[in-house]
Amino acid sequence: MLRVNPLNPKDRVRIPRQACLEQPARTRWSTFQEVSSGFDHEQARLEASRCLECRDPVCTKGCPVGVDVRGFIQDLLRDDIATAAERIRRTNALPAICGRVCPQESQCEAACTMGRKFEPVAIGKLERFVADWEAAHRPAWQRPAPRPTGPRVAVVGSGPAGLTCAAELAQRGYRVTVLEALHALGGVLRYGIPEFRLPREVLDRELRLLGALGVETRTNVLVGRSVTIDELMDEEGFTAVFLATGAGTPLFLGIPGENLCGVYSANEFLTRVNLMGAHRFPEHATPVRLGREVAVVGGGNTAMDAVRTARRLGAEKAWLLYRRSRQEMPARVEEIHHAEQEGVDIRFLTSPVRIVGDAAAAVTGIECETMELGAPDASGRRRPVAVPGSTHVLPVQTVIVAVGQRPNPIVQATTPGLGTGAHGVVTVDEAQRTNRPGVFAGGDLSRGGATVILAMRDGRRAAAAIDDWVREGALRPA
Amino acid sequence: MFPIRAAHPLSGSITRFTVEAPLVARKWRAGQFVIVRIAEGGERIPLTVVTADRADGCITLIVQAVGRTTRELCALRAGDALADVLGPLGNPTPIGRHGRVACVGGGVGTAELLPIARALREAGNEVQAVIGARTRDLIILEDEMRECAATLALTTDDGSYGRRGLVVGPLEEALRAPAGLDAVYAIGPLPMMRAVAEATRPFAVKTYVSLNAIMLDGTGMCGGCRVTLDGQTRFACVDGPEFDGHAVDFDELLRRNAAYAEHEREADRRWHEGCASRGAA
Ligand SMILES: Cc1cc2nc3c(=O)[nH]c(=O)nc-3n(C[C@H](O)[C@H](O)[C@H](O)COP(=O)(O)OP(=O)(O)OC[C@H]3O[C@@H](n4cnc5c(N)ncnc54)[C@H](O)[C@@H]3O)c2cc1C
Ligand SMILES: Cc1cc2nc3c(=O)[nH]c(=O)nc-3n(C[C@H](O)[C@H](O)[C@H](O)COP(=O)(O)OP(=O)(O)OC[C@H]3O[C@@H](n4cnc5c(N)ncnc54)[C@H](O)[C@@H]3O)c2cc1C
Ligand code: SF4
Ligand code: SF4
Ligand code: FES
Repeated sequence: MLRVNPLNPKDRVRIPRQACLEQPARTRWSTFQEVSSGFDHEQARLEASRCLECRDPVCTKGCPVGVDVRGFIQDLLRDDIATAAERIRRTNALPAICGRVCPQESQCEAACTMGRKFEPVAIGKLERFVADWEAAHRPAWQRPAPRPTGPRVAVVGSGPAGLTCAAELAQRGYRVTVLEALHALGGVLRYGIPEFRLPREVLDRELRLLGALGVETRTNVLVGRSVTIDELMDEEGFTAVFLATGAGTPLFLGIPGENLCGVYSANEFLTRVNLMGAHRFPEHATPVRLGREVAVVGGGNTAMDAVRTARRLGAEKAWLLYRRSRQEMPARVEEIHHAEQEGVDIRFLTSPVRIVGDAAAAVTGIECETMELGAPDASGRRRPVAVPGSTHVLPVQTVIVAVGQRPNPIVQATTPGLGTGAHGVVTVDEAQRTNRPGVFAGGDLSRGGATVILAMRDGRRAAAAIDDWVREGALRPA
Repeated sequence: MFPIRAAHPLSGSITRFTVEAPLVARKWRAGQFVIVRIAEGGERIPLTVVTADRADGCITLIVQAVGRTTRELCALRAGDALADVLGPLGNPTPIGRHGRVACVGGGVGTAELLPIARALREAGNEVQAVIGARTRDLIILEDEMRECAATLALTTDDGSYGRRGLVVGPLEEALRAPAGLDAVYAIGPLPMMRAVAEATRPFAVKTYVSLNAIMLDGTGMCGGCRVTLDGQTRFACVDGPEFDGHAVDFDELLRRNAAYAEHEREADRRWHEGCASRGAA
């Protein structure tokens, strides 16, 4: 294998992992600007030169879509960023987004050889650099694309799974219509993940690309209510349907006081801000109720986003309550780090038992128990058990619950015979096929809450499977 | 965009709109609603679809101006357009063949009740309508209700029209009458629906109420519209909007609906200031 980097390995490991410029934590919590400004060209080149160009690039095995990491890093070392971008796009349709939100520390960077003794190569940040460079220098949406003329496919839901599937199918010549219930496209990328992690411009440019590919998008269509799957296929002339409606239904704790005024699901809180612009009330008409002291319950990315958003909206005290310990926390390490920098007080081994309110039913506090870790449970994580006599009340006026979500049941309930499994997820095979011919599903809808990159992978697989299905159909006797 | 074909005032504060929304018109059934956003930066608010014309692709909405968004909406005219109309949402009203049914409407709730009263009548029920409002100006759709009802009682709080008092007065008489009632459908302000549910409880008459919880997406994604029924949490937008009135925790819902009172006052103040400066200019 040809190495591109003239440095020998000893020199490479001496280069420190490059750090991105970040907004100073002191002032950051008052703005929605993106926290990390990414690498500049010089930093990207330095970081790329840390890569060992391994004969067996295990980084690629760690990536759910198998991005050719070594390859694009070598392109970078040759200063051929355009080729790097093309190489990444071969397996990853949304690199600017994945570079920002992938849990790299448990995927590509977890596998990286460099990480065994030193810090792993900052693959995510490099991917982001390449994608942002591409957008600035040769925007993909300006490249001419032939108008698709093939069979029609409906994509239900415009999150990463739906967007990826739509783009893939359009490139294969299908006429694709994306149907979205909300008034704006993007799914969780729009209403869930805040701007300080994923600027809307990054999402919007992916959407422009979709438009350039000839994909039709229709907002304000709740499939199941506005139109059913059967109607799409039998009356509207769609040959196949890809379901990507996500896992949007929030779970609650089921503790007393949860319906007091000032208790939000993270979905509601984040939607009010990210989709409706409640932080700009009253210029924007949607309000949000936020106390001076706020508690967020949960330990995933959703909880982190909620608590950091609460800080930015002016919460003076923001607690994050998590019933297990730091090791079990599912959020991205970078987000936990940023949250702590921004003054979020993370209470591990703390589990709420009751939300307390006043006569007007406004929240005044959250009663918690301290936990300790007992024997491992089915998931292999040690089960938290309450310490007797450890009950205490934290004074807060707002509680945000971020303890997980389930698929929205509307499509399943209105599509006769569609096979579902535990918690209402739609059952699919390895090619994203459901038990209904011509109906495919993927993303959080079939996984019950996963990641952007896995949703994207499902979208790609579904596109390939839909292509197969249509081709086979052409051979099938009518 | 969803063009407004027609806008007619029904009273000082209530306007009837005809809006082009073909998808909604095609699927709509009595009891279902839409979520509307007037323009960029606007709020998403739920409004009941009063009728739909499938052939024409239009729906009818009847809106009472009570706060910032509804006031902005009621200022729109034919030729204007709404940015977003999503629907039809919620479950259609279960229209059974009960026998003698009272349809009780309060204020603008009468608009939401009308399609249900019509459907009940078509299903072979005898409809006894009771409609009430604070004052004469807020009594709407009297003729339309009369058309589908066997009897119609009218009440106003101030006695300016019909009988002075609340809708529960005529309702209780109907409950006590020898023939009695087999079911009650009530739509209006929460205190009114609670009073109706309390009135029918001793008679064990099935009572449907339509809960106007504060909504955001209307698709089951936020949980902001949650209500408690017999100790269980439900989402009004997907599990409702109609529920068994005897199971609803009205106190909780009343408190939840007041959650943004301060914000609403602030928005109102701004709106009036805006009007004043527009007027001055
Ligand atoms: C706050 C938050 C932060 C997250 N942070 C990260 C992160 O940092 N990294 C990461 O990898 N993952 C993260 N995730 C998870 C990730 O966002 C999801 O796994 C991913 O978005 C799933 O994609 P999807 O396409 O399956 O569905 P979604 O993104 O949920 O999109 C589904 C879309 O379908 C629409 N829809 C639903 N029902 C219907 C219907 N009946 N008709 C029409 N449209 C419908 C919805 O409105 C929505 O727009 C986060 C999730 C949340 C909530
Ligand atoms: C299923 C359903 C059907 C409805 N149908 C109709 C109808 O056909 N005609 C009609 O005039 N009104 C209807 N409403 C009520 C209407 O949605 C509210 O009047 C409107 O949202 C108020 O907004 P605002 O900004 O003008 O007033 P605000 O000043 O914001 O509030 C005024 C009052 O309306 C309530 N409210 C505020 N925001 C919302 C919201 N997003 N959702 C529900 N209630 C809210 C508040 O509790 C407050 O008491 C319906 C409500 C629901 C839930
Ligand atoms: S897509 Fe995600 S996991 Fe794969 S290489 Fe890029 S950042 Fe790493
Ligand atoms: S494993 Fe790490 S060091 Fe090796 S090729 Fe991949 S990124 Fe480079
Ligand atoms: S309005 Fe959001 S779940 Fe009902």
